[in-house]
Amino acid sequence: MVKKMPETKELKLFVSSSDTAIPKIMYEVLLALLPATLMGIYFFGLGTLKVIGLSIAGAMLSEALIQKIRRQDIMVTDGSAAITGLLLALTLPSNSPWWMVCVGAVAAIVLGKQLYGGLGWNPFNPALVGRVVLLISWPVQMTAWPKPTPLFSHAIDAVTAATPLGILKMEKAAAIVNISRIDLLLGYRGGSLGEVSILAIILGGLYLLFRGHITWHIPGSYLLTVALFTGVFRLISPAEYASPLFHLLTGGLMLGAFFMATDYVTSPVTRKGQLVFGFGCGLLTGVIRLFGNYPEGVSFAILLMNSVTPLIDKYIRPTTFGKKQPE
Amino acid sequence: MGKVLAEFKKGLWDEIAPFRLVLGLCPALAVTTEAGNGLGMGLAVTFVLTCSNLLVSALRKIIPDQVRIAAYIVVIASFVIIVELVTQAYFYPLYKALGVFVPLIVVNCIILGRAEAFASKNPVIESMADGLGMGLGFTLSLVALGSVRELLGAGTIFGIQIMGKSYLPFLLMIVPPGAFIALGVMLGFMNMAKTNQQRISGLQNNPAPCCNVSST
Repeated sequence: MVKKMPETKELKLFVSSSDTAIPKIMYEVLLALLPATLMGIYFFGLGTLKVIGLSIAGAMLSEALIQKIRRQDIMVTDGSAAITGLLLALTLPSNSPWWMVCVGAVAAIVLGKQLYGGLGWNPFNPALVGRVVLLISWPVQMTAWPKPTPLFSHAIDAVTAATPLGILKMEKAAAIVNISRIDLLLGYRGGSLGEVSILAIILGGLYLLFRGHITWHIPGSYLLTVALFTGVFRLISPAEYASPLFHLLTGGLMLGAFFMATDYVTSPVTRKGQLVFGFGCGLLTGVIRLFGNYPEGVSFAILLMNSVTPLIDKYIRPTTFGKKQPE
Repeated sequence: MGKVLAEFKKGLWDEIAPFRLVLGLCPALAVTTEAGNGLGMGLAVTFVLTCSNLLVSALRKIIPDQVRIAAYIVVIASFVIIVELVTQAYFYPLYKALGVFVPLIVVNCIILGRAEAFASKNPVIESMADGLGMGLGFTLSLVALGSVRELLGAGTIFGIQIMGKSYLPFLLMIVPPGAFIALGVMLGFMNMAKTNQQRISGLQNNPAPCCNVSST
């Protein structure tokens, strides 16, 4: 490389990512989210396309607008805003009104990302910031889940159904025994439009793992902690608490574990730190699900752990090359 | 007379309390869920600030330097008790709405700040003008913040319906995080206005008094 630049007067070490690195990863993440998105469209009808489209467009437009106001280069096409928009849409009910989707997308990008300085500076996962803003502001609209009516099935529209976790919270473990585990795995249940199909999410997550964009540490420790935590309470009182399998297959846990907790910017750098991060997410999710007011706690758990990520990175540091491990 | 007017006017924009000085944030964030509460809190603070500035300024040569903070607090607390008893007697709903934040005016850092930084060094008339200006500026800020939060969070201002019946309140603005977000965004816009003002008048060499958070 040096030989190609003979006119350079002094040699400097340039350490920068190549121009295509961020967009390439971002578009592969979008690809990994495709199965979950398609399953959402299949179960909740073509109306979901409106939510998805609005959310992505809202996120990208507000990103471009803020970058223009701040007189920065417009970097919307790097795909990070599109991912935030898509992830937000996947955590919303499929019949969300248009204005709610727009407020969520703007809140995600402006409050969650650009006010902190843009890509790489946000302490919290932007999509989850958008979702929690909506959940706090319009709790009724955010928890009115339409019953899945698969495409081509001619079912009646606009029937609402509680989520499996909602049923568990309201009616205890006895009410969930006849919910088919296969239905949960495929996604035939009430819920946010992209969180229902566990199979599709795992498929996307495995693709990211296989391509090396994420490692197993965060999703692995997250899911294991939830399973162990709920398992202990299941053993203590099977009549009151649901099985670990039920907890793994419901709510936004899979989507959160594979696509949100693993966000590069808001999770720890070191492998050991990532294990701690996943453990914390799992513990908080379990505590909120079993003892909290909300039936689901994935969003809050990940956001809370986002806030301690700098602390984890401060105390768990990699050993400097050449330095001896302390005895 | 000109100096008195200048001391009065600086509190209304140039050194407006929660935004420019970033003082008195606790009541500014806590009670501004409604514009009416903001107005009540602002007027209470204005009364205490003006009276305490008057008394501190009048006693500035008598109060020993070593115990001045304690003396100021006694002066301020006396006026706060007056405000507390009056609101309790004549404005009971407001008293209930402001709750613990009425007695907490004692430790409002604007009041102690003005006593220490201004009233203890300046004559009585200027000190009163300073207190009145600062207090009214604080009131304006609280009403503005309360109006924004009430309008978005409930669709009303001073209890009057502004938004249409179909408006679904943006509840985030009523809860504490909404207070921080609203204050931060307003602070940002005020800094933007200040920067523009400076650019127009060519005074860019004078840095803003403080809290200039605008980035490049």
